[in-house]
Amino acid sequence: MRGVQLAELTGTAPSGVEAALDVVAGFDGALLQGLGRLDATGTSALAGLAGAVAATPLGPRVAEAVEKITAGSIADDSLALLAGARSALLGAVHDALLAQLDAARGRERRPWTPPAGGAPEGSAGAAAPGGEGPLAGARSWLTEVAITGWRGVDADSVAAAAQVVSGLLAAPGRRRLAVLLDGLVAELRAGSPLVTLDRVPARRWGDLWSRAVLLARPGDGAPSGGNPAGTNDGATDGGDAVPAGPGGSGGETVSGRLLVLGVDVHEHPTAVQAQVHAILEPTGGAPSRLVRTSVAAAKVDTVLGPTMWQLLGDHPVLLGALAHGVGLEVTDLVLRPGGDLIWRDDRARPAEPADPFAVARVQLGDVLADGAPPLDRHPAGIAEPVLLEGYTASRDSDGGVTFDVDGTAIGATIDRLPTCGPLTPELVAASSACIGLLRWDAGRWLVQPLAVQVATKRKTTVAQTGDWALGADGPRASKAAKATDAVSVLRERAGRLLRR
Amino acid sequence: MDADAVAPEGGAADWERRSVVPMLPVARPRKLSKVPFVEMADGALQGVVSSGSDISRVYVSAITAGSHEASCSTNNNRPCGGGGVQCNHIWALVDEAVERFGLHRVARFLQVDLEESDTYGGALIRRMRPKPGPKVAARVFSRFLAHLTYLEVPATVEPLPELHWFPSGVGR
Repeated sequence: MRGVQLAELTGTAPSGVEAALDVVAGFDGALLQGLGRLDATGTSALAGLAGAVAATPLGPRVAEAVEKITAGSIADDSLALLAGARSALLGAVHDALLAQLDAARGRERRPWTPPAGGAPEGSAGAAAPGGEGPLAGARSWLTEVAITGWRGVDADSVAAAAQVVSGLLAAPGRRRLAVLLDGLVAELRAGSPLVTLDRVPARRWGDLWSRAVLLARPGDGAPSGGNPAGTNDGATDGGDAVPAGPGGSGGETVSGRLLVLGVDVHEHPTAVQAQVHAILEPTGGAPSRLVRTSVAAAKVDTVLGPTMWQLLGDHPVLLGALAHGVGLEVTDLVLRPGGDLIWRDDRARPAEPADPFAVARVQLGDVLADGAPPLDRHPAGIAEPVLLEGYTASRDSDGGVTFDVDGTAIGATIDRLPTCGPLTPELVAASSACIGLLRWDAGRWLVQPLAVQVATKRKTTVAQTGDWALGADGPRASKAAKATDAVSVLRERAGRLLRR
Repeated sequence: MDADAVAPEGGAADWERRSVVPMLPVARPRKLSKVPFVEMADGALQGVVSSGSDISRVYVSAITAGSHEASCSTNNNRPCGGGGVQCNHIWALVDEAVERFGLHRVARFLQVDLEESDTYGGALIRRMRPKPGPKVAARVFSRFLAHLTYLEVPATVEPLPELHWFPSGVGR
């Protein structure tokens, strides 16, 4: 991406974004306060939310829900409508930002469409017997939290949430909600006692709460038909009956050559996910597609750094591609609408070496991208692969790194360099080319490095987040790996103690 | 201000409007052989400490936030030989908690007022002067076993889009 294209992004925000986010901030403030103890500010914030979606199909129902809540009657269904309205606003912001990005780089993006021939609605729920119990538990916990506000969450409430999470983890098809709630609960626990916490991350916890409310709706495992988040401002899709999300199988079957651009690693105390961004060259000569493929595992907080890759060891072909920089031949994988390629290691084999920078240079410019599934439309989910070259990187006074690309400045997210890979702020600051993900948070575009090129007098070296996927080497890696192997120690302890 | 908890960037209003901010202590690798489990939960600093002499025995130690009642016993509820108030296991637990979460976060959770000269876990124990409390071994031990069951949860290839809120490396 050129500096002049970046300048189109970093210049001005699309119109309406700030106003929409002000409405969201108002709601987040009410949630912080507790919907059971609203003052005039909180009441008017809820009215503002209802007003913002008034012209959409959600409008009348949200208005009714707000009326009930301000009158003191707070039920799961009303809260789901508020969460839906909030998500619809952020979905519209997501769409506007992505449209701005696509316009700047001239990218074609196919709008999301419901999977053709996908599983009938309700099938995921049918495949998840007993899934309703934990869901009901999740809903009642989320309702209680909304009533008391974040500072009202006490040790008993956190303990209750832990029970809900363990039920969800055991229920098939509820992994998304389980992982989300577990991450939120870990933060609530770490902030305890919340009543005296300096400051509450209102937007963040509002995001997590809203998403959880929508994922905890009864019915099929997928947030599906009638899900309020499926309805946005009507500008990009007017539909409201849209199956999506977990268990929402369906999609097309694809084969071809998969060329890795880089891997984005996510983790919280009890989960890790490696999300590989890649270009799929379908067999038969159809246009190349920008895809993601994700593998995830449960973990404990003491498993960190390069050890995390061991938990993903069921996918040696994929990890090998990351570690050795080779392309992959894949056969009959499911590609969901939205661009998620569902990984099967037994249907992939290594192909010839593929340099991600060469791939990005040749193919990233005009690859076909997919629009996000309705529920996933949120600015925090924006992660668009980008190649930046020929920039000057500099260290900021606060330790950050900024790239100057043909006179346009963009910050690098040096706090998103995964602990399981070799990228450091120093390497990023010394780099002259970068494959990264464009991110957006609180009004700013940023680039999250996945791979950097560092040119020295003698040669150019490349460092990538996935370099250590099959094990670490080098001084920094061995230092990180020197910490005792947490997985084996815990398994040993578990083995001895559980036998007694 | 708890320096471990949040790294302020930009104004307060900006921070409150960010979707991704570090809310957990920076995780550092630590040796697990001595204290395989430590957490601040259920209103107590609690954990499991391996016995120094018997490889198949562990002690369950806890200090309650606020009241500073301490207890230490084996997971089968046999009393700890060290008295269970300021025994080696409690010291090991507090040291490990400080290593894991940072001194100020632990002090805030336990509701201990630190002086500026307090820089390590032992100072926390001296300020608290723990007194004997009820046995909590069964509850804490079941938390530890629940913790271990995460290692048994199957891996998945189902995309988890919510993890975009939890990037690796935040707060590092």
